[in-house]
Amino acid sequence: MSELIIILISAILVNNFVLVQFLGLCPFMGSSNKIETAIGMSAATTFVLTLASMVSYLVYQYLLVPLDITWLRTIAFIVVIAALVNFTEILMLKTSPLLHKVLGIFLPLITTNCAVLGVALLNINAGNSFVESAFYGFGAALGFSLVLVLFAALREKLNLADVPAPFQGPSIAMITAALMSLAFMGFTGLV
Amino acid sequence: MNKNLTSISKQALWQNNPALVQLLGLCPLLAVSASVVNALGLALATTMVLIFSNLIVSLIRHQVTDAIRLPVFVLIIASFVTCAELLMQAYAYSLYLSIGIFIPLIVTNCAILGRAVTFAVKNSPLISAFDGLMMGLGFSSILILLGALRELFGTGKLFANMDILLPMASNWEITILPNYSGFLFALLPPGAFLFMGMLLALKNFIDKQLADSITKHQNAQQMASRFAKDMS
Repeated sequence: MSELIIILISAILVNNFVLVQFLGLCPFMGSSNKIETAIGMSAATTFVLTLASMVSYLVYQYLLVPLDITWLRTIAFIVVIAALVNFTEILMLKTSPLLHKVLGIFLPLITTNCAVLGVALLNINAGNSFVESAFYGFGAALGFSLVLVLFAALREKLNLADVPAPFQGPSIAMITAALMSLAFMGFTGLV
Repeated sequence: MNKNLTSISKQALWQNNPALVQLLGLCPLLAVSASVVNALGLALATTMVLIFSNLIVSLIRHQVTDAIRLPVFVLIIASFVTCAELLMQAYAYSLYLSIGIFIPLIVTNCAILGRAVTFAVKNSPLISAFDGLMMGLGFSSILILLGALRELFGTGKLFANMDILLPMASNWEITILPNYSGFLFALLPPGAFLFMGMLLALKNFIDKQLADSITKHQNAQQMASRFAKDMS
């Protein structure tokens, strides 16, 4: 059990997916203008990422390894992720139209979130078991959500700040992210 | 025709640069830019995938219906990424290890899917392939520039370990700043964000200067013509 908690903490703080491993930067920059958007994106990503890391583990162990076609893993995983995103969208539409209304627009974007494919590949490279994979995916998603919401809050404040002309827009966002990343480097060696 | 190609190049390299303006493909850009050799390796792979995916997408654009467009394009891109991955494993294994998962993650580089959906489905194969090449070069130039800046500030050297990409380049390493004690910050993740932010600011600054000089030029011309009218 303590091992699983260490996996979680390591994925959320020490090796944060966005700020330390550079995965999922497109939604990090793209959907962090408002806190509401950031929260919606985080919730949708958490759901898909956890599910995707479990399913891709199963596909790898019980389909690709027995058939000896592990070199096809990139293609297999992207198909799994796209199918899962589609499945989630249909499921949400049928069971909870309200949730679909709130999170629906974020779902198609998750297919091209490199954190989802990245977690699947990192799980395989690290040789994680099924439970470890699920926890790693969940931790990665929590780390992504934490940073995305914090960053959205910072950017809302930043809109009111007097930024020098050339630095306005994405440039100051990058520099803010650099400072956040510097803060997260402080967790190095925690686990 | 020629004008069309020039405008594609201009768009891809400056006005609509995938890395600087559209901010697509940020993950590999920031993650693999700690040294020139990594940046160059990823730049080559990404450009190759872009050219071939644009070409194939454009060739089959009349056969693919709108409903299945995205999955088909993603599969085409994923196939070329797998090719690039296998080629790199065969010919530059240590480079493959050093870039790590960002080779398979070329699949999720939105710049590639973006070009397929916005450009290749509407244009003929050769133009699409050319657009892929130019977009690849636009992305690569920023990637390599960022790699060079971070390597220079981080270690004081340039082109270290180039032999893992090109076997004949074993003595290309140049020490630009002798007795430089190194600046780890530039090589760590925060450095990547900071240098990228600076590059974006520089782009804004240059654009502003260009726009200013154009308006100044126009104003001067207006003044001159008014002056000529008054004189006559």
